[in-house]
Order: sequence, then C-alpha cells, then structure tokens
Amino acid sequence: MNKIVSKEYFSANVIKFEVEAPLIAKSRKAGHFVMVKIGAKGERIPLTIADADLQKGTITLVVQKMGVSSSKLCALEEGDFITDMVGPLGKATHIENFGTVICACGGVGTAPMMPIVAALKAAGNRVITVLAARNKDLIILEDQIRQYSDEVIVMTDDGSYGTKGLVTNGIEAVINREKVDLCVTIGPAIMMKFVSILTKKYELPTLASLNTIMVDGTGMCGACRVSVGGKTKFVCVDGPEFDAHQVDFDEMLMRLGGYRDIEREENEHYQATLKN
Amino acid sequence: MKTNEDRAEAWRVELRNAIKAKDRTNIERVHMPELDAEYRSHNRVEEVNLGITAEQAMEEAKRCLDCANPSCMLGCPVGIDIPSFIKNIERGDFQEAAKVLKETSALPAVCGRVCPQEKQCEGVCIHLKMKKDAVAIGHLERFAADYERISGNISVPAVAPANNIKIAGVGSGPAGLAFAGDMAKLGYEVVIFEALHEIGGVLKYGIPEFRLPNDIVDVEIQNLQAMGVHFVTNCVVGKTISISDLEQDGFKGIFVASGAGLPRFMNIKGENLVGVMSSNEYLTRVNLMDAANPNSDTPVFQGKKVAVIGGGNTAMDSVRTARRLGAERAILVYRRSEEEMPARLEEVKHAKEEGIEFLTLHNPIEYIGNEQGRVTHMVLQVMELGEPDASGRRSPVEIPGKLETIEVDEVIVSVGVSPNPLIPQSVKGLEVTKWGTVVVDNDTMQSAVPIIFAGGDIVRGGATVILAMGDGRRAAKAMDEWIKKSR
Ligand SMILES: Cc1cc2nc3c(=O)[nH]c(=O)nc-3n(C[C@H](O)[C@H](O)[C@H](O)COP(=O)(O)OP(=O)(O)OC[C@H]3O[C@@H](n4cnc5c(N)ncnc54)[C@H](O)[C@@H]3O)c2cc1C
Ligand SMILES: Cc1cc2nc3c(=O)[nH]c(=O)nc-3n(C[C@H](O)[C@H](O)[C@H](O)COP(=O)(O)OP(=O)(O)OC[C@H]3O[C@@H](n4cnc5c(N)ncnc54)[C@H](O)[C@@H]3O)c2cc1C
Ligand code: SF4
Ligand code: SF4
Ligand code: FES
Repeated sequence: MNKIVSKEYFSANVIKFEVEAPLIAKSRKAGHFVMVKIGAKGERIPLTIADADLQKGTITLVVQKMGVSSSKLCALEEGDFITDMVGPLGKATHIENFGTVICACGGVGTAPMMPIVAALKAAGNRVITVLAARNKDLIILEDQIRQYSDEVIVMTDDGSYGTKGLVTNGIEAVINREKVDLCVTIGPAIMMKFVSILTKKYELPTLASLNTIMVDGTGMCGACRVSVGGKTKFVCVDGPEFDAHQVDFDEMLMRLGGYRDIEREENEHYQATLKN
Repeated sequence: MKTNEDRAEAWRVELRNAIKAKDRTNIERVHMPELDAEYRSHNRVEEVNLGITAEQAMEEAKRCLDCANPSCMLGCPVGIDIPSFIKNIERGDFQEAAKVLKETSALPAVCGRVCPQEKQCEGVCIHLKMKKDAVAIGHLERFAADYERISGNISVPAVAPANNIKIAGVGSGPAGLAFAGDMAKLGYEVVIFEALHEIGGVLKYGIPEFRLPNDIVDVEIQNLQAMGVHFVTNCVVGKTISISDLEQDGFKGIFVASGAGLPRFMNIKGENLVGVMSSNEYLTRVNLMDAANPNSDTPVFQGKKVAVIGGGNTAMDSVRTARRLGAERAILVYRRSEEEMPARLEEVKHAKEEGIEFLTLHNPIEYIGNEQGRVTHMVLQVMELGEPDASGRRSPVEIPGKLETIEVDEVIVSVGVSPNPLIPQSVKGLEVTKWGTVVVDNDTMQSAVPIIFAGGDIVRGGATVILAMGDGRRAAKAMDEWIKKSR
C-alpha cells in the first residue's frame, strides 16, 4: 500500500501523482518504471517514474486516462492508497554527454521523457525537445520540459499550437539545421515507428522506449516481448529502451492490439458500473 | 534412529500383528473420489480430488505393512517417516499422524497433492514387488494434513526465545516458506521478501486452484505469520533493495529462493503472433490475476482451439485450464511419446478424462497468423522415437517431410523455464552454472558468497515442490550452524 501525497491535474485526462515509496525513490534512475495495481482485482500496469524526492521519500507518476486501470488510478485522491506498487523496474537510461540530443515525444510519451530530458541536460547535453500531439489540449508538461531543454519545438497535427505538422517534421527540421548526435523517442508505437524510419535515413542513432503490454514486469511472463535485431527481447527486463532501428515496430503494433476488443469491453463494463 | 524407536512402541507392535501381511496386501487400494469429469471440465476453481474419508483412510492405512526397512522412505526426497504417520492413521490418531508429517515436511497438505508420488515414495513401496498397487501414501498424507487443518487444531510450532538475529529470505515459494518456518522455530527474526503482490510463489501463480486451492497455501502462510515471520510483498531484491542493502540493514544470513521464473520459447517462426504466449503468462493471468473472473481487470484470451506445447505439469495445468475456460478443442502437443511425459501420472489421467486431446510425437515448427497478426494455424513436424538419449529417454527424431497443419486460435508454450537471472546477475562473486543456476554446497546450500544460501528451483532449475522445501529446511539448519559458529 502506497499513499498518494498529492494529486495535480495537467489536463482533464493527464494527472500527476506524488506517491510515498521511500525504497523506490532511493534506488530509481531515469528510465525506470513501476508496476501499479489498483484494488484486489486490479490489473498490473507499468508507469514510468517521472521524478523522485529523496527527502520526502516519494516518487512522481504522470498518468493518462486510457482504459479501466488508468481511470481507476486517476479516480484516487490525495490520502488514498495505491494497492500495490513495485519497482524500480527495467534498465535505467544510459546517460552520458552525447553532444546534441533530440528528445521526441508524442502524447503521454512526454511523461516518461521528462526524467530523461532532465538527466541528459544534467550530463551536459544540448537538449532539443520536440513535443507533439493531435491538438493544443493534448500538449502536456510543457513548462516542466522547458526547464530542462535548450529548445522546445511544439508540433500539432491541426496547427492549433506551435507548428502544424507531425513529430517527424519537427525532427527533420532540426537534423537539416544542425549536427545531432542522438535521438530519443517515446510515444505511441506508430509514432516511434515513423521517427525510426526517418532517423535511419539520416543515420542518426535513435533510442525508443517501448510501451508494450506487461503483466508482471519482472521477466516472468514474456507478454512484453518484442523482436530487436531479429532476437526476442523482454521489454520489462531488457528494456524499455532499445536501438529503434533494430526494433520490429510492425510486430509490436500487432501485439499491442492483441487485447483491444477485451479492453474495450472491460472499459464499457467499468463505465457502466460508474453510472450505477 | 527415531523411526525404529517408534516402530517398537507397544501400540504399533500390536497393530502390526493384528492383521496378517497377506491380508493387508490383498486389500484393494483406495480410490480417490473425484468431481465428475464433464462437470469439472467447465469449472475453473473446484478441486478435482475430493479427498478420502476417515474410514477410507483407516482402511487404506491397513494396507501398509509397517516395513522394518521402509523402502518408501528412500523414495521420499525429504525422508518422511511414512510408516509412522500411516500407522497413526490406522489407529485413528489423525492429529498425531499430522504431527509426524510436520516433523519433516513444512507443507504436507501441498505435497500430498502435488508430489509425483509414483516416481517417489509410492514408486518404491514394497507392494509393487508383489505386483500390487502401492500404498496410497500421497492420499493419506493429504488426508492427515487436511484433517488437522479442517479440525481447526493446527498446532503452531513452538518458537524458541527470540535471539534478535535478523535473517532474510528472497522469494516466498515452497523453498522460502520452508526456510522461514524452520528459522522462526529457532528464534530468528525472519523477513521474507517477495517480488509479486502475493505470497506463495508457484503454489499461487502457477499451480491452478483445481489442483491446489489457494486456501491451503494461505493457512500455511498464516501459520508462519503466527510464528512471527514477516512478509514484505512488492519488493524485488536486486531492484527495490540490493543484497548489500540487506547486509547493511543487519541481516546476518540471506536465503535466495527466487525460483525458475523465466519462460523459455522455441524461437520458431510466428512465435510472437498475438495469441501465442508462455504458460507463465497464461497461468499468471488466470491464477494470480484471476483474469477469467468477470470482476477482474486483467484480460485473458479464452480460445476455442487451444494448443499447449509440452508434456510437463505446467503444460498439463495450462491445457486443463484452457479447457475449463471454454476451449472446444484443448490439445496437448508433445514431441516424445506419452511414456516420456514428465507430468504426474494422475494429471495425465485427469486431463484425458476432461477431454484433452493428446497429440504426441508432434513438434511445432511454425505458427501462421491472419492480417491482424492473430495466430490461426500451426505447422507440426511429425516425429518418431529414436535411440535413448543421455537422459535415458528415447529421443524424438523428425520423419522427413511429414508435416501437419492444424487450426488454432491460441497457443501456450510450455517447454520449460530458466532460473530467474536477477539475483545471480546482481551479486558479485556468486558462482553460477552455464544454465544460470546458483552453485551451492550440496549439504549446506551455502553459496560462494558465505552470507548467501540458496535453494529450490534457482539451484536445481525446474524441480519439484518437495525438493524446494527440503532445500529450504537444509539451508535453515546449515545457516543456523554457520551463524552460531561465526559469532
Ligand atoms: C514501460 C512503460 C512505461 C509507461 N509509462 C507510462 C506513464 O508514465 N504514464 C502513462 O500514462 N502511461 C504509461 N504507460 C502506458 C500505460 O501502462 C497504459 O496506458 C496502461 O496500461 C493502460 O491501461 P488501461 O487499463 O487504462 O487501458 P486499456 O484500455 O487496458 O489499454 C489502453 C492501451 O494501453 C496499452 N495497455 C493495455 N494494457 C496494458 C498493460 N498491462 N501494460 C502496458 N500497456 C497496456 C495498450 O496499448 C492498450 O491498447 C507505460 C507503458 C510502459 C510499457
Ligand atoms: C504450473 C506449474 C505446475 C507445477 N506442478 C508441480 C507439481 O505438480 N508437483 C511438484 O512437485 N512441482 C510442480 N511444479 C514445480 C514446483 O512448483 C517448483 O519446483 C517449486 O515451486 C519451486 O519452488 P521455489 O521456492 O524454488 O520457487 P518458486 O515457487 O518459483 O518461488 C519463487 C518466488 O520468488 C519470487 N522472486 C523471484 N525473484 C525475486 C526477487 N529478486 N526478489 C523477491 N522475490 C523474488 C518469485 O516471485 C516467486 O514468488 C510446478 C510448476 C509450475 C510452474
Ligand atoms: S512428501 Fe511427497 S514423496 Fe514424500 S512421502 Fe509425501 S508425497 Fe511422498
Ligand atoms: S514400503 Fe509401502 S508397505 Fe512398506 S512401509 Fe512403506 S508404504 Fe508401508
Ligand atoms: S511483463 Fe512479464 S516478462 Fe515482461
């Protein structure tokens, strides 16, 4: 049981929680995640540790409402308890001074990107962050990201904010303008696929943080497996970051959709219980 | 030897002489009452074996000859005093029978249910030499342990005065639980760290409810808690805290029982298609997450044509679960013949009764999917038995060109597990084999890093509950001696 010490809305569907977890706060590094379960019959879902406060013994989670599990979490208030939380899991991001780094994030990928942006900046990199979303309302954490970035480029599909265009247009503009040493990308799998195709063309080394479906998050089940360079890897223990150019995104997209029908049903069931 | 002392007691001599050996062996072996096969193939949670009655148990106990040199005990990996507990059943002192079991086994209600008895104790019972069925040791063990539990008179073992020495266990499977019990008895302050949100290891997330109800495991856990054992769930040693953190926190000994939780795949084409998964994933969803319960948030595929690859207990549990979740065809695909199957005999029998199809001497070589990436077919290579291999089993060889394709909508890969690499990777100086198992002294279970002892599947690879439990107990004894010596 982990106590929620604060709750803050970034938007109607994106919420920041500070949660008591002294041991996790102590051992976590940028790129690590936790598995969270809400209620006795809850599902275990992975969430990136966005930040940690050693003094207070808390970690920060930024959650986007998607389906049942994320909605149940978002319904919790300050003072409530998260039933189960375990971590830090996964491999930490390899941080060093690479030079100039593009951090390209889409949608809720911004939350897991935040600690990476901060760590890269602290290591002396020039950090250019590309924030992309469908429209202005879906751009989150912009202020926090600006704190740690040398430059922030905002892209929206509909042009309602920043520049009209896709995340890839933003990245390409930077590549064409200056020498870039590394690209890190987090977002929907389809977005990461296109980022990877683009940076491969420019031979720009790229790391993608994969958000596959997980069950235990400790290497026990294989639900999170992806093909990287033709080999099967477990995202929860071998990742979540991989060389994007080696990742079989088409297979990953296919696997992500595997439970879509069941998830939709469960969400309808859950929404119905809320109305009663 | 204590065994022989007990055997010489007056009541036992009298009991032994009351019936002629020949008459004892002529009694028919008890038949375990079971749920109706058709009913249970749709019922996910009810236990298949219903347990024998007191009368049945006492009658079965008569069959045991109370041998002077009980061969059955040599077959039991932990050397339970089998004739002693059985004769106590025969005279009607079930409580005493349970006590005898508990002197050696920390989890008799579990072992009575899941031990591969036909390969262990029952496999060497003297009756077999006389062409009779072995004494139903497993059924009797289950009976005595259940009797004690149901009577509510579970004796919480006496605990020695606290010695204020902290020791840690990593993993709460049978090895960790057995270790915890013995150390608590010796007066240690025991903390068991468990990565998952539930205590019990494979007993909870692997072995299904219809074979081992969770309640039974929970009673044992509550017992341990009553003895002062402290459990910390949601704590991955090597991630949340490190072994050196534990040392710094004042733990004087650490028993690693982290199991063999890593699923193996076959690395064949199409294995990452949607609907193809490890038995660990499948059983974790169903058993740990209760995914088949409509009130659970975790989803699980409920395939109609399900193939399970493998021939062990895990495969058998998966295929029988699939059947219970509504599979019209639940097929077990195994590359050797039924004779070589490592699963318990009883599970094979139960599976067949439940309508599981056995496709032996077949091995998958490819999975085929549709546009959405969902598995729809599997291609099987037909095999035949060749020469015996190193393990003495006749090894399967391909019949060139002989392939079969069958329709499937779910495939569960159950071809073995590897040791959990987390601890071996995170501790410097630990000696590890090429299979990833931790190397320990066979008698003391102590590793190359003196403060670390290890046992169960992390040392043996995939083994059995009773072996894991035995390791836990041996490690406890040796750790106690080592701590006392080094003080
Ligand atoms: C390493 C990692 C880090 C993540 N970090 C964050 C984060 O910081 N903030 C955040 O909001 N989200 C994060 N996610 C995604 C988050 O786990 C999913 O949004 C969440 O599981 C959705 O569950 P649901 O029941 O609310 O939605 P559902 O309706 O069940 O699913 C919506 C979509 O979420 C994905 N999903 C579903 N179940 C799982 C599962 N068990 N594990 C992973 N993905 C699943 C699928 O793509 C699915 O289509 C992360 C995912 C991974 C793998
Ligand atoms: C489906 C299935 C059916 C089986 N059927 C039978 C049977 O009928 N009869 C039989 O005798 N045997 C059976 N077995 C085998 C038997 O269950 C195992 O041999 C036994 O459970 C091993 O015990 P263990 O204590 O070593 O490990 P486990 O039971 O695997 O427990 C290990 C525990 O450690 C935890 N852990 C791992 N790493 C860490 C870490 N870093 N920090 C904290 N905790 C950690 C795990 O989460 C787990 O709970 C079966 C196994 C399976 C999977
Ligand atoms: S513990 Fe297992 S092997 Fe030993 S007597 Fe009991 S059932 Fe037989
Ligand atoms: S070998 Fe068989 S008959 Fe002899 S003591 Fe053991 S169980 Fe009884
Ligand atoms: S989530 Fe189970 S192995 Fe990665």
